[in-house]
Amino acid sequence: MTAQAERELETETETMTVREAVRQALREELERDEDVYLMGEDVGLFGGVLEVTSGLYDEFGAERVRDTPISEAGFMGAATGAAATGTRPVVELMFSDFAGVSMEQIMNQMAKMRYMFGGKAEMPVTVRTTEGGGMGAASQHSGTIHTWIAHFPGLKAVAPGTAASAKGLTKAAIRSNDPVFVFENKMIYEQEGAVPTDEEFTIPLGEAAVEREGEDVTVVATQRLVGESLQTAESLAETGVEAEVIDPRSLYPLDTETIVESVRKTGRLIVADESPLSYGTHAEIIARVQEEAFFSLDAPIQRVGTPDTHMPFSTPLEQEVLPDGDDVREAIERVT
Amino acid sequence: MLTIRAFDTEAGDRFADGEIPGFVHLYIGEEAVGVGTCAALEDDDYIASTHRGHGHCIAKGLDPKYMMAELYGRAEGYCNGKGGSMHIADVDAGMLGANGIVGAGPPMATGAALSIDYQDRDQVAVGFLGDGAVAQGQVHEAINLAATWDLPAIFVVENNHYGEGTPVEKQHNVDNLSDTAQAHDIPGLTVDGMDITAVAEAVGEARARARAGDGPTLVEAETYRYRGHYEGDEEPYRDDDEIERWQDRDAIDSFKRRLIDRGELTAEEFDDLEREVEAEIEAAVEFAQNADPPAPHEAYDDMFAETPPEIERFATAARTTTDGGERIEESRSSSEPRSDGGRSGGERR
Ligand SMILES: Cc1ncc(C[n+]2csc(CCOP(=O)(O)OP(=O)(O)O)c2C)c(N)n1
Ligand SMILES: [Mg+2]
Repeated sequence: MTAQAERELETETETMTVREAVRQALREELERDEDVYLMGEDVGLFGGVLEVTSGLYDEFGAERVRDTPISEAGFMGAATGAAATGTRPVVELMFSDFAGVSMEQIMNQMAKMRYMFGGKAEMPVTVRTTEGGGMGAASQHSGTIHTWIAHFPGLKAVAPGTAASAKGLTKAAIRSNDPVFVFENKMIYEQEGAVPTDEEFTIPLGEAAVEREGEDVTVVATQRLVGESLQTAESLAETGVEAEVIDPRSLYPLDTETIVESVRKTGRLIVADESPLSYGTHAEIIARVQEEAFFSLDAPIQRVGTPDTHMPFSTPLEQEVLPDGDDVREAIERVT
Repeated sequence: MLTIRAFDTEAGDRFADGEIPGFVHLYIGEEAVGVGTCAALEDDDYIASTHRGHGHCIAKGLDPKYMMAELYGRAEGYCNGKGGSMHIADVDAGMLGANGIVGAGPPMATGAALSIDYQDRDQVAVGFLGDGAVAQGQVHEAINLAATWDLPAIFVVENNHYGEGTPVEKQHNVDNLSDTAQAHDIPGLTVDGMDITAVAEAVGEARARARAGDGPTLVEAETYRYRGHYEGDEEPYRDDDEIERWQDRDAIDSFKRRLIDRGELTAEEFDDLEREVEAEIEAAVEFAQNADPPAPHEAYDDMFAETPPEIERFATAARTTTDGGERIEESRSSSEPRSDGGRSGGERR
């Protein structure tokens, strides 16, 4: 367990869902810094389509919880301009698929401004968005796109797998002077966990968490697959296989050290992430491990992810392509 | 209009029963816009729809049976279960798809109009969009392109006064959304979207103009959705009075009265029609309920015209799994790529 994880455990906690944890992070940061405000489609009175911002409009009013027109390119650009000029917008992009509409402002403005201007622009903007299949929401509302953002120089990306990290990462993102995307998997909003109540609790960007210790195989899992991998690890323990489960939490920057250290111990690695398999997040993690721990590997590294398809609507098709705990188990069984 | 209302009433009920997954956005209350528009079109004209697309599909002549099957995620649905409510399409029938991306229909209509113009075909293309979608940049780019190239396109704005929970006046600074046509120097008009003949006349004129080579028209139809934005919406943003005021001007009721007054329809004939439609929709539901779901390996069909090996190996594995469990056991001990229908990318040791 990392020192950070230990520090987290020491603080007082409260049990809440991932949704409540994100909301609490937003509330605390709105209270702490009046330059912080939220904007997005129906985040106000409506409370957000996935109800994350529910209640904040009543608490903070229409100036600080701002409903936008349906103009992702416009408000993503406005957030970029606002961040460069002294305020700290927190944008909700309802579904990450809609990044398609706003990508120009993200990749050519938000990501590049500080660098192109020789450091003469701050970019304290946070973009919260939802990812993932499992709701029957079909191909344009189920994407897992975090690889694009993590790949693009100038953007940071985090992806919580537990309620505690949902809160800690969201707060760290808002306090950061860099553009940070927070990728919330919509299937874990109801997942509960112990969350530190200390208002100064944040999770520094670039720190992984060892969620379960084990000697036999390392499972690096993200988002929904963290919980599913932990369950799989528990059931495998009965067969004598002890899996170590690591949630990287932050995709860029990525805590290579924690992962490599674990692989040195176990000699085996499974990477489980819902993004499509080709050219992705899996590949990046695997590349870093082989660069630093190639000779510690005892077995081929395994990937668990979405085959290179979009998310189909029909439930049996969606279940077919969605990676889950059983896929993690099969991957482990292949190498142990 | 009756078919749409019956279809969407049933779709709402079946969604509430948990038989239909995902999101459904119902068109109840707005029927006159879709039907009025399509009544002014020829069969081979194109339409590009929105997330609220059931009405457009029916107005364009799609079969409720296969639509319902799609809502149920069945293999016999219009999209083989891949699309669902938000993506029903039948390109051969001129229906370029419902759309999950707000504002994505108009560029598609401009594109269809480009094909028409390029090959000198006697057709037009209609792009439907909501009031909320008028705030999207790509909508304006699409209109500008069609206007600049004098393409045979028609943009129909369905102003139902809300984009999800946000009223139209909180999303736009203009009084009439049709005012935005001025920016592109094309005709823009606002019509009563609860009056099917008003819509049909406006679109008919727009069609004639488009076919004459004079370019696109923007028609704003003022209408109202009776149900929530999607099923399950608690609607904190409006009150029952407002809904009732619009229901008093219901498009089906007023058209029915007009036809009866003119002696073109009797009350009995209307009742018969209603019964006929209800039976058709009931049959559609039954068809959908009894239809087969797609087999898991179909998840890998239709990503490309030619399936690449990256995907084919998953399809092969899924087919093997469907064939029966024994072969999976066998393959577990082999050194072939895994064939257990799972989703991981490694090689067996
Ligand atoms: C690009 C994009 N942004 C946001 C959404 C989420 N969304 C779905 S429908 C909708 C409201 C659309 O309002 P309007 O265009 O008026 O159509 P209506 O629902 O009223 O028919 C929103 C914001 C989306 N699907 N696509
Ligand atoms: Mg609307």
